[in-house]
Amino acid sequence: MSTATLSPAPASAPSRASGDDTRIGLRANLRHLGALTRRNLMRIKADPESMLDALLVPVIMILLFVYVFGGAMATNQHEYMQYMVPGLLGTTGLNLAMALGTGLNTDFQTGVMDRFRTLPIGRSAVLLSKMIAETLRALVAFAVLIGFALLLGLEVKGGPLNLLAAVGLSLVFGASLMWVSMLLGMALRSAQAVQGMAMIVMMPLQFGSSIFANPSTMPGWLQAFTKHNPLSALADACRALINGGAVGNSVVTVLIWSAAITVVTAPLAVARFRKRT
Amino acid sequence: MTRIERNAVEVHGIVKHYGETKALDGVDLTVREGTVLGLLGPNGAGKTTLVRVLSTLIKPDAGTAFVGGYDVLHQPKQLRRTIGLTGQYASVDELLSGYENLYLIGRLLDLSGKEAKARAAELLERFSLTEAARRPAKGYSGGMRRRLDLAASMIGRPKVLYLDEPTTGLDPRTRNEVWDEVQRMVGEGSTVLLTTQYMEEAEQLADALTVIDKGRVIANGGIQELKAQVGGKSLQVRPLRPAELPEMARCLRESGVPATFSDESGLLSVHLTDEEQLTTVIGALGTRGFGIAGIDTKLPSLDEVFLTITGKPSVPAPARDKEPVA
Ligand SMILES: Nc1ncnc2c1ncn2[C@@H]1O[C@H](COP(=O)(O)OP(=O)(O)OP(=O)(O)O)[C@@H](O)[C@H]1O
Ligand SMILES: [Mg+2]
Repeated sequence: MSTATLSPAPASAPSRASGDDTRIGLRANLRHLGALTRRNLMRIKADPESMLDALLVPVIMILLFVYVFGGAMATNQHEYMQYMVPGLLGTTGLNLAMALGTGLNTDFQTGVMDRFRTLPIGRSAVLLSKMIAETLRALVAFAVLIGFALLLGLEVKGGPLNLLAAVGLSLVFGASLMWVSMLLGMALRSAQAVQGMAMIVMMPLQFGSSIFANPSTMPGWLQAFTKHNPLSALADACRALINGGAVGNSVVTVLIWSAAITVVTAPLAVARFRKRT
Repeated sequence: MTRIERNAVEVHGIVKHYGETKALDGVDLTVREGTVLGLLGPNGAGKTTLVRVLSTLIKPDAGTAFVGGYDVLHQPKQLRRTIGLTGQYASVDELLSGYENLYLIGRLLDLSGKEAKARAAELLERFSLTEAARRPAKGYSGGMRRRLDLAASMIGRPKVLYLDEPTTGLDPRTRNEVWDEVQRMVGEGSTVLLTTQYMEEAEQLADALTVIDKGRVIANGGIQELKAQVGGKSLQVRPLRPAELPEMARCLRESGVPATFSDESGLLSVHLTDEEQLTTVIGALGTRGFGIAGIDTKLPSLDEVFLTITGKPSVPAPARDKEPVA
């Protein structure tokens, strides 16, 4: 910067030392968060099939397992429903966590993220708004699935507070998986790939857990896996909460798993997100 | 700040390499406040890369750049308040309607709900999107998306507007509409950095031109200056048998005279750098027995300027529709 014609640059040079000093105020941040959350909710509304996917699978599983296999798995269908449905409800939070990764991937692919990055907004607002929208979506899914299960005759012996606790636990665990989903969303090339990958990971975890069958009926090697599978702990916890039995350490196990997954994956996901945005 | 004429954009020695590819290899340029700079260059010249550096989307490997006085590297947040970007590929939310896309950006730019609404409606009107305003952008045609993207970059009335090939793929009427809007923005005090492959567009909008190729600036100046720099005249030959056009052009190139032709106009054009060449041209064509129906000379067009500087013809009509998959 040697010539006098380059006027604005030298004038601004001193302020460079203070770095990027216009911080985005709390109120502005909240406004951005609100606008972005609204956008994410509108996306869900505009693409109701994405919601249907999340609901249809559990509904089909309930119908299939309770009415087709139910008799074979327990003394009667009702008993099996009381066993299986609470565990399946527990996985609702994590099924929807996966939508975060696909949504993020789509935003990167379509250039929408580039548009956001040229705007004077905090990148955390972009992320947080997605998490809020996905949590709201998960709550709707819970409401629908619980309604459906009640209609089929599920008894909530543990009472409504315990039911809420089960929903909360499922969301906590789902939230820890949002970071994993985020990593997948940023690492893979397309939203379909993210969805496929999530399926590949989820399927064995779901079936190799105590959701559908009591692990004591499984062969030894599978029992070892099932016993340490966090989805078993989640299913056990939800079952105990909803059926009003002894919770044992299943709730604590789920919380520890959630914390551990978050501690490991959240910094990675955030670092990668910061690098790409 | 004693000078009246200030530079809205200043770029000094910007370098950006992708592995072996030198996307930008030490680019310097300036855009004076309130003017339009046309950034010209063939495919892969580095235009988009430069625009992305100046929008804080990618970090350069070396060099400095200031936009509105803010440092690209160290003051990205302030810089983002001063800019608007229409990238080469549309970046609209497909699931949202045109109106909702614009409203969202207005809100993110800290307009009140009412202002954002009014601004969205105003821009939709200007870009002839009012009728489609409530439909999801997914169903928009390529040109409609393009216009929505342009509108999105103008919401905040940015001081500096980057337009990366803004009219590629637009029909002539909408192209004029976009030009009008760009001129209106300039009238309202904005500075524009425009990349384009259309010489007509540069001639229409730009006050000054910078030509880059392989990541380097190869020419720079006002349009008239550039034409003068290239000098000489353009010779147009109308052949007796238009089918012979390609052969005639090849014949001239073999004799060391760069020639282009257009099937549309049925003309062969040659850029004459000295008087001797006229004789060479007529001689070469005559010896090979090509019939000439008429000849004419005129000042060079930007196309020819471009050809002369880069040694490559500018792209006549890029039929590019590739967009990132949704
Ligand atoms: N993300 C990337 N990774 C690797 N190479 C890249 C990347 N982005 C650009 N390039 C390379 O850098 C060079 C300049 O690309 P750029 O997109 O800036 O060209 P351009 O002038 O905009 O071309 P066009 O007229 O085709 O849009 C090209 O050779 C391109 O292949
Ligand atoms: Mg480009």
